[in-house]
Amino acid sequence: MTSLPQNPSKVKLGLVIDLDICVGCHACAVNCKEWNTSGTMAPLTDMDPYGAQPDGVWFNRVHTYEAVDEAAGTSRTVHFPRSCLHCDDAPCVTVCPTGASYKREDDGIVLINTDICIGCKLCSWACPYGAREYDEDEGVMKKCTLCIDKIYNENLPVESRVPACVSTCPTGARSFGDLGDPQSDVSKLVAARGGYALMPEQGTAPVNRYLPPRPKKLGERHAPRMLEHHDDSADGAGLLARWVDKVLSA
Amino acid sequence: MHPAKSVIYFTVATGAGYGLMGWLAVFGVLGLVPADHAFGIAAFGLAFFLIVSGLLSSTGHLGRPERAWRALSQWRSSWLSREGVLAILSFGPTGLYALAWVLLGQNSGLVGIIGLVGAGLCMMTVFATSMIYASLKTIPGWSNRWVSIGYLVMSLMSGSVLMLVLQSTFTVGASGLIIKIAIFFLALGGIIKLLYWHSLSTLPARSTATTATGLGGLGANGQVRMVESPHSEDNFLLKEMGYKIARKHAHALKRLALVLGFIIPMALVATLAVLAPEYSLPVSLLAMVFVALGLATERWLFFAEAKHVVTLYYGETEI
Repeated sequence: MTSLPQNPSKVKLGLVIDLDICVGCHACAVNCKEWNTSGTMAPLTDMDPYGAQPDGVWFNRVHTYEAVDEAAGTSRTVHFPRSCLHCDDAPCVTVCPTGASYKREDDGIVLINTDICIGCKLCSWACPYGAREYDEDEGVMKKCTLCIDKIYNENLPVESRVPACVSTCPTGARSFGDLGDPQSDVSKLVAARGGYALMPEQGTAPVNRYLPPRPKKLGERHAPRMLEHHDDSADGAGLLARWVDKVLSA
Repeated sequence: MHPAKSVIYFTVATGAGYGLMGWLAVFGVLGLVPADHAFGIAAFGLAFFLIVSGLLSSTGHLGRPERAWRALSQWRSSWLSREGVLAILSFGPTGLYALAWVLLGQNSGLVGIIGLVGAGLCMMTVFATSMIYASLKTIPGWSNRWVSIGYLVMSLMSGSVLMLVLQSTFTVGASGLIIKIAIFFLALGGIIKLLYWHSLSTLPARSTATTATGLGGLGANGQVRMVESPHSEDNFLLKEMGYKIARKHAHALKRLALVLGFIIPMALVATLAVLAPEYSLPVSLLAMVFVALGLATERWLFFAEAKHVVTLYYGETEI
């Protein structure tokens, strides 16, 4: 059934992405691709991977933006990883004509049953965030599973039971947890840092949150001073050099 | 949005077929057209051909057409599913009405009620088709109040021109009324299209690159621009949702759609009121060709011009 869950649990698993520390290395995108190409949504097909126009299924995309305030003369470069936000009011679920697209009642993860998907692409039209990708080879839609085959995998050590993008991030810019519980670490982090939702006006009630870059400190707005050096002074030079200087300066 | 040829044909052809089906029922019930055998075969044959070929064409853009039957299951929540269910339901009464008309020579009375039920289901199918687009908040050009009314009016409009062609071909019933109806709907269709385009150009943006990234708060007059794309080549999102056409072309194509699809056919149909009956077939056929060309252009624009908010992540500033 592609209606949203009638009795959703309070658990809302999701990601918190800190835009202050992301360095835009794309490790999340690459490790996501590696895990998921043999996971629930496998394979993450690539078309023409070594050719002139490579294209393929990726669940993470890292953009780089410049936030500019021309009046104040300031700008910030921000790396911005984009993936499924596992929305509470997911439009990709309700538009699905087959029931392939669904939101789990237990933890709110939005998934696709690729065995019954007809590849009509309507879910990708309904998603404001570009979280849905079409597998041209298999003719079905694919999306982020929040690594459902990793986070509940009892064969893995407890600390590894987080999505691949989270465990691989070298700067710790990504956190995973229950955003439905106000006492969880991720909820506290969101509260402390003023975490926000993307495009709230679209009415999708996303679960994932982004933490804004911290404000720049005053005094850092000037370029560092250049080292001072005087070409016109022979002070401190050796005797010969001072004599040459005197002759040439005459 | 990428203007898929299969979907353009689907919406134009089924719209015309369902519209014709509607007029056949109304004219039959009111006794304006007798249950003529040859006329019935041609009219219902044409309507069913347009509807069935359109529906088949719509499965052409599916990744897995062999699973298309699964799309009938989610009518509680999905407009695409509702459209499929209504399309299949409508075949019952319209099929019975066609059989009664062609085999029994009856098209009014109890049979007429079946025809009207079928016509109602046909219009509901067109409405469901329009709601597939009008229900998408991510595409402001589609979630617009003129979209559904436009689909319904253009369905009845193209159907009335087809009805005129058929009546002219078989010289069945008086054509005075269908000429007036066609002129009325051609004018209404053109006006709705103009109001739709006006509304597109005047409505304020719903989402911006700032709301998409949340990075506007970094300065008093924050602007967000993309410095680096996540990928060097176009991906699925950009191929499907990032379709761009030159603005000057959009403007020229709008005028072309208006002239071809509405103004020229209206003038042609209007001349039929004064021309001798022997001209009615070639002139109405010509009007039909212009309507088809105009609606194909209009529908292409409907897709190609529509902007999706995901492109805000790829350099668009407001949509």
